[in-house]
Amino acid sequence: MAKTMFEKIWEAHAIGEGAHGGLLYIDLHLIHEVTSPQAFEGLRLAGRSVRRPEHTLATADHNVPTDGTAAAAQIKEELSRVQVQTLERNCSEFGIPIYSLGSSRQGIVHVIGPELGVTQPGMTIVCGDSHTSTHGAFGALAFGIGTSEVEHVLATQTLPARKPETMVIRYVGELGYGVSAKDLVLGTIGQIGVDGAVGHVVEYAGQAIASLSMEGRMTVCNMTIEAGGRAGMIAPDQTTFSWFTETRRPGAPAELERAIERWAQLPSDPGARFDREVTVDASALAPQVTWGTTPGMVAPVTGRVPSPTELEGPVDPSTAQRALEYMALEPGTPIAEIELQRVFIGSCTNSRIGDLREAAEVVAGKRVAKGVRAMVVPGSAQVKAQAEAEGLDRIFRDAGFEWRGAGCSMCLGMNPDTLAPGERCASTSNRNFEGRQGRGGRTHLVSPRMAAAAAIAGHFVDIRDWEVA
Amino acid sequence: MKPIEVISGAVSHLDRADVDTDQIMPKQFLKRIERSGFGRYLFYDWAQEPGWDLPANPILVTGPNFGCGSSREHAPWGLQDYGFEAIVAPSFADIFYTNCTKIGLLPVVLEERHCRALAAAGEGQVDLRAQEVRYRDPAGQLVAVPFTIDAEVRRRLLEGLDDIALTLSEHASEIDAYERARADRQPPLPCTSAL
Ligand code: SF4
Repeated sequence: MAKTMFEKIWEAHAIGEGAHGGLLYIDLHLIHEVTSPQAFEGLRLAGRSVRRPEHTLATADHNVPTDGTAAAAQIKEELSRVQVQTLERNCSEFGIPIYSLGSSRQGIVHVIGPELGVTQPGMTIVCGDSHTSTHGAFGALAFGIGTSEVEHVLATQTLPARKPETMVIRYVGELGYGVSAKDLVLGTIGQIGVDGAVGHVVEYAGQAIASLSMEGRMTVCNMTIEAGGRAGMIAPDQTTFSWFTETRRPGAPAELERAIERWAQLPSDPGARFDREVTVDASALAPQVTWGTTPGMVAPVTGRVPSPTELEGPVDPSTAQRALEYMALEPGTPIAEIELQRVFIGSCTNSRIGDLREAAEVVAGKRVAKGVRAMVVPGSAQVKAQAEAEGLDRIFRDAGFEWRGAGCSMCLGMNPDTLAPGERCASTSNRNFEGRQGRGGRTHLVSPRMAAAAAIAGHFVDIRDWEVA
Repeated sequence: MKPIEVISGAVSHLDRADVDTDQIMPKQFLKRIERSGFGRYLFYDWAQEPGWDLPANPILVTGPNFGCGSSREHAPWGLQDYGFEAIVAPSFADIFYTNCTKIGLLPVVLEERHCRALAAAGEGQVDLRAQEVRYRDPAGQLVAVPFTIDAEVRRRLLEGLDDIALTLSEHASEIDAYERARADRQPPLPCTSAL
């Protein structure tokens, strides 16, 4: 029988469909400081150990200051320091490898997994973090879990799991000039809604997906959770295999060619059935900008802030009304006239080397607009080092951007990088929720190129009209 | 975990859609390394808005896609610590729903019109064993609405079972067997301690 990629991976990891439901074996468990302390405490209280520390990997990302602080002990804010130090202590007590502050491999958990090559096709991957869906870009089944489940995986390397439904989003047409993976996924969420994929594992398919780089695919899968999806997946192909063959990755399989033969069998079989199918026209998408407080409240940069009463699509009018008040936006305002005070290029959605290269190309030889504070935060220490080797840091600094250390930074403002109340920010992150980047802060989600151009212009601009120096 | 049977009492109503976990438990409180005491931070920013009124009743009724966004279990911890025992909504975000069931906070999916009617009734009962929600309509008639819940999840909640203990006692040999069978699979799993 024809099977979907999801079914193949699920079946290879399912343990006992006994009377009490089955378990799913977990190949890789990623850990960070925020969602793990209570799980370790639970293990300690019950006198349990970690079953597979060698299939577990930890890093510090959410809390870390991006000002060059080189060790947990130097974090000024007490609660953050305690949380990172607690992670370090827990990892050493339970024998879990960790790349904490100061390590050359530290970074956002969803950036370092692929970067180190431990994220591989066909695997099951979990992390106490909703954006674990990112790893699905490699043709893995990867999803976020809560702290109780983190504890369960630590103790048993499995999860009690019911098979979710499947959904395929098929793109027709190719992305136009200047339209990126971020625009593709924002446009998709705008069409299907922030609960459009609830209960489903989503496979992204079509030429527009096949043409994306691995980084672009990670951006798309990353935001699956913003449509409510359990996980996002993309079939492994030559682009995926090149991730391992073209760069030396310490976690890559020793017998890479044999591994690739296996991986090549993962894509969904022709005729495999999904529970739901959605088609999106990729060629119709313009660069996107969110105007509200959910990622589904999004418009093309050529458009206007909508009126809640005239909204088409899945956004509820009263929610939209509340969002516009919070965002201090008038219906009818052209998106391109929205002025900004802050720009953030970073987060697990868009902080990889390719994202930084794209942004640098836009800002090269130009200056950040007066009244705008702009920052670039590489996703990992390795991305930072690579960017510096290529001279990207100079380009950003010369243009007036702050060049910072690796971490989640202003994606969620659990560290000193935050918006002040009322500040308006163009952000390459994934959530524009109320207060996400700082209490009272106003977030507009965009692609790295769009954020870079907005920093220079001081307002949104259609990147397709941008003149590169 | 405390077994759940019937949850009855007054209803609080948060009439908003797509309430995300950043609102339920804002990030500044995620730095705590304890599991208890999150109730006082619940909806911290919204609670400072004029007109906010969300009493700590046993039942919370809310809008669709409740608990979307971040996977933080701190959100259900906060809701439970605040006093809610059951949350009734037209739909929930997946991770949030699972997180609730892991800590014995009962999520109940009910059609929007029944959610509204329950909220209007002001009090009601959520009966996990009978799998129904009961409330009185404006005429005083008792209304009983069935809801569905995964049989295994229901069993664990009814008996107050600890998932980890259950997995270890019922499945340990299966996990061992699975790992043995996989040992010669290609490619071998990446070993994080040998990077
Ligand atoms: S960058 Fe943002 S979304 Fe990604 S893991 Fe960090 S806080 Fe979460």
